[in-house]
Amino acid sequence: MIDSMFDEALRILTFRSGFNSAVVVAGTAALGLAGGTVGTFLLLRRRALVSDALSHATLPGIAVAFLVGAALGLPERSLPLLLAGAVASGVVGLLTVQALTRFTRLTEDSAIGAVLSVFFGLGVVLLSVIQNLELGGQAGLKTFILGQTAAMAQGEAIAIGLLAAGAALAVALLFKELRVLAFDPGFAAVQGWPVGALDLVLMGLATLVTVIGLQTVGLILVVALLIIPPAAARFWTDRLPALTVAAAVIGALSGWLGATLSALLPKLPAGAVIVLVAGGFFLLSFLFAPARGLVAAALRQGRLRLTFAERRALTDLLDGRPVEGSVALWLRLRGYIRDGALTPAGQTAAQAAARDRRLWERFLADYPALLPAHANWGVDPIDSVLPGDMVRLLEERSAPS
Amino acid sequence: MMPDVQEFLQIDAPALLAAVLACAACALVGNFLVLRRQGMMGDAVSHAILPGIVGGFLVAGTRETLPMMLGALAAAALAGLLIEAVRRLGRLESGAAMGVVFTVMFAAGVVMIEQASAGGVDLDADCVLYGQLETILWLAPKGWASLADPAVWAALPREVLTLAAVFALCVALVGLFYKELKITTFDPALASTLGIPAGLFHYGVVLLVAATAIAAFEAVGSILVIAMLIAPPAAARLLTDRLAAQILLSVALGVLAALAGYGAAAFGPMLLGASHSLNAAGMIAVASGLILALAVLFGPRHGLLGRRRAVGRLRDTSGFIAPEAQKP
Repeated sequence: MIDSMFDEALRILTFRSGFNSAVVVAGTAALGLAGGTVGTFLLLRRRALVSDALSHATLPGIAVAFLVGAALGLPERSLPLLLAGAVASGVVGLLTVQALTRFTRLTEDSAIGAVLSVFFGLGVVLLSVIQNLELGGQAGLKTFILGQTAAMAQGEAIAIGLLAAGAALAVALLFKELRVLAFDPGFAAVQGWPVGALDLVLMGLATLVTVIGLQTVGLILVVALLIIPPAAARFWTDRLPALTVAAAVIGALSGWLGATLSALLPKLPAGAVIVLVAGGFFLLSFLFAPARGLVAAALRQGRLRLTFAERRALTDLLDGRPVEGSVALWLRLRGYIRDGALTPAGQTAAQAAARDRRLWERFLADYPALLPAHANWGVDPIDSVLPGDMVRLLEERSAPS
Repeated sequence: MMPDVQEFLQIDAPALLAAVLACAACALVGNFLVLRRQGMMGDAVSHAILPGIVGGFLVAGTRETLPMMLGALAAAALAGLLIEAVRRLGRLESGAAMGVVFTVMFAAGVVMIEQASAGGVDLDADCVLYGQLETILWLAPKGWASLADPAVWAALPREVLTLAAVFALCVALVGLFYKELKITTFDPALASTLGIPAGLFHYGVVLLVAATAIAAFEAVGSILVIAMLIAPPAAARLLTDRLAAQILLSVALGVLAALAGYGAAAFGPMLLGASHSLNAAGMIAVASGLILALAVLFGPRHGLLGRRRAVGRLRDTSGFIAPEAQKP
């Protein structure tokens, strides 16, 4: 049974389990990819939660579109109409947030909270109207709230995949513009970039990702596709191109694995599983990413402390002060001391440490304003941080006369 | 067509009481979220408590309130810690940190519900989102006259009693620590130099919001909780510059939204001749949104029209507009 499940998993993961599920899985992966790329710029622009207001605000539009469809006598639920309604009310919600922040004294967080809850409340009221009207096809409306890949038809999955790829492509084409917008909108405006229009493009792309994600992930959790992958990628790199690619990869992997898991196991709603997989990637990155992960940071910190303690102990020994405890043990392990006295190797290292300390002290006393921000003074060898002529100058000044 | 008195007292009165108490309590504590620029904390907390509720339900095996509330409280505390850890250790901005934590926790709750429902458990995400205002019943009263009997009041539904207790707690805490809350909200640095632990009050506010949200969500659902934490205080903020006035006004507006929203949901369709009622929690949220919209438009000093009039007056008297007056 385990074997057959494993085979099944392998078949879905490698897109061999029937055309339909392959299309759904690929469409969801494309959705994750688009969420990661667009979300990167939302995160850097500090707009991550605005998309939460946007996604909640789609509900009344969906309900109104359903009512309009029913009034026009359209058969069952017509997805393009519903999504058009979602876009319309989502954009209204977005503009309301911006208007509240710009024209009143309310802060952005209050504006977001008010818009998302009031619009969602309106949607809930409209859903209860629809329920009372006893129209056909209304059961599908609830899937927009929590999402469901099983509800996805093949054509819809293909459309989602294409639109998502389009959103990612748009980010790639506008990369330079979005980069300026994300890091220095003031500079961009002075340089003549159309900052307002670029912001609109970015929010438009976020709207696109949100709306095509509604069906799969649901409107409560779709914001996670825009936030979690870039937040996880942030731990891996400080460079924007790498960040964007990493976020896209994490998003795509989350969509791919999440859709597969939910197809494979019963009672696993796709939207929630995709978010949990993305959350798993976030946790892994948070802990173990080499650039900014917790473990790497702790290791760096520990190494720094150890070096600092070692160098201080060596200079102490050189000055004739005894060194005891774990530092002494460490120095013995390094072969710097034997029987409480410095070995030849220890002598060399101690002299280098003493020279470093003398020169660093001189430097800090004479040029405190010139201290490079990235240097760990007192730990880094001074020759590897300061230019050679500066080191020579310091040596002349600090030479014992 | 009006419903008869007994029906009103048994069905509508307890729901109205619950809605009014929930709205008043949320609006009261929401003031400090709005002023501290932490409006999204209510959103994050009310999403993040879902796994705690489901966990409490699964452990206890019943729909008793206490285990679910304890679970929710634990989940809220966990969410607060995680958000702070991600923000500090991960050096992410607080919006993104909240977004990561509350979506993952909500997703975990959804999966737990689905898994539990495999065992024939009836619990769904709907009741957490929309609440069950309509199912709160008060069977004791038989008519207006029976309200004089204390036994009838003793038989108030549990949800109403819980909400009354939480509202009383909020009033007591805000009243007791009014001065400290005021200073830490407007000038945390000054508060620290005066020896008031600003950090402690930060967590205190978050915890109080969590407790209120948890007590209220069961009756009115998490969406209404978010609306009530933000919309009435935000509206009050546009109407006054004084904290005490803002707090009183926000509670009054919250109560007004509850009454108007519930009335519109329960009796509006009837007046139009339809036989069904609308979702009351949603309607109250809409009412609070309308109140906020009115405050944005017509607030005397900070509303859009009020400001325009002030700028016009300036122009009339001085012939030019000071640069400050142009900015919102």
